[in-house]
Amino acid sequence: MAPWLFYLFATISVVSSIGVIGQRNPMYSVLLLIGSFISLAGLYVGLDSPFVAVTQIVVYAGAIMVLFLFVVMLLNAPREDVAPGAQLPIPGVVKAYGGVLSVAMAAMLLWALSRLGVVPFVEDPQAAERVASVRDIGLMLFRDHAFSFEVTSILILVAMVGAVVLAKKTV
Amino acid sequence: MPTIAPSLIFQLTLLTVVFFSLQISAAVLVYFERKISGWAQQRVGPNRVGPLGLLQPLADIVKLIFKEELRPKAADKWLFYLAPILSATTAFAAFAVIPFGPPTTFFGLLEKPVPLQVADLNVAVLVVFAITSMGIYGIVLAGWASNSKYALLGGLRSSAQMISYELAYAMALASVLVIANSLSLREIVDAQQGWRWLFGVVPVPAWYVFLTPIGFFIFFIAGIAETNRAPFDFPEAEQELVAGYHTEYSSMSFALFFLAEYVNMVVVCGVTVSLFLGGFYMPGLPVWLGPLWFIGKVAALLFFYIWMRWTLPRYRYDQLMDFGWKRLLPLSIVNLLVTAAGVLYWS
Repeated sequence: MAPWLFYLFATISVVSSIGVIGQRNPMYSVLLLIGSFISLAGLYVGLDSPFVAVTQIVVYAGAIMVLFLFVVMLLNAPREDVAPGAQLPIPGVVKAYGGVLSVAMAAMLLWALSRLGVVPFVEDPQAAERVASVRDIGLMLFRDHAFSFEVTSILILVAMVGAVVLAKKTV
Repeated sequence: MPTIAPSLIFQLTLLTVVFFSLQISAAVLVYFERKISGWAQQRVGPNRVGPLGLLQPLADIVKLIFKEELRPKAADKWLFYLAPILSATTAFAAFAVIPFGPPTTFFGLLEKPVPLQVADLNVAVLVVFAITSMGIYGIVLAGWASNSKYALLGGLRSSAQMISYELAYAMALASVLVIANSLSLREIVDAQQGWRWLFGVVPVPAWYVFLTPIGFFIFFIAGIAETNRAPFDFPEAEQELVAGYHTEYSSMSFALFFLAEYVNMVVVCGVTVSLFLGGFYMPGLPVWLGPLWFIGKVAALLFFYIWMRWTLPRYRYDQLMDFGWKRLLPLSIVNLLVTAAGVLYWS
């Protein structure tokens, strides 16, 4: 993949991810999240995995985010504005604690990243072929990992039944 | 002077031709929609502008361009203008992976034959699906950003409807994928050339519609629901929602939604033709006229769309959900299982 494409998609993805948590309007948050997912799909295409990219768009940006959007629209979630006077005063201890934690977190991240060093991008056409083929992904899912696949589907089924039971209680 | 690869020039030409063909097809479709609706209702239809009213779409476009662009005061400015752009872009983009002709050299103009298809991807079917699912956002955002209750209800309805029918749509699609054993639209189309003996006695074109007729039926119906056409035109049910999600739009931003609706119809028909009706192949007829056969088949399906619109009344909303979830989805799952069993038995 051309480096400038990587930087383009990476920048879009990081900026829109920050936007998701920085936004006051939940509608914009959802849209920025979709933007982030789509730029991730762009990265996957650059890594020679079109199938993963398309699945990312269909499943995350398409199906799941439509549901998010649906809920946000249906509940008509308001902007999260806090009136200046109504804000609760935060005790100094809490502020100091949070400050220490975030500095520690940042230090940890920096340390981990510096240990990683700069890994050169390796072009390995065979690796791409191994992952890209839909047939191989299917065989892996349904032959090698059939048990865990089926268990996951039962888990989702249980979650779905649970949601229906919870929602139906009032009737 | 830097030389430009002939393939690049060809790609750009193809892109431009396809883009403008789609726009022209939308204009032609609008004309025929009005003409056919005229015939269906024993009227004359448009006949004032130009011979047989043929210039009517052109007059409509000029009218739309010169209308005033209005935006409700309480509307969300950015999303209000983003929505129609999103709708139109996704509609056009989905056509990129549909093959509409065999590889050709244009009568010796090019050195080696090139396929008539903007982008040949090995996951083309999924790409169509992904782009279509992005198109929902155009409608939903239009509904939300207008800040109007009719538009919001239209947007909500359309997202619910599209989520519901996308399942049956995908299941019907999967039955073709199982038979063709490929995700590439070109390979799927190539597998449908020539003749096939149905039950060993009846010669039929080797189209997948004869192998999975129920799949075709489900795909066609779900396709109508996906494009929000009658009898599934709930997002814009006039009697209930004024005009649904595009109530507040005027001038060119309305025109973009209008364009997107018709281009979407062309795309869905193109996908249906490629998956079930042999794409650009016509058994017994020359392959090099492929684009003609493709256009003919798409036109036949589009005629069916318009015919249905002026024949069938709109469903009630609960009937729509009932039909989608309780009938179409189980039927499509059974169809997929039967198809898979058939493929295992005969191959």
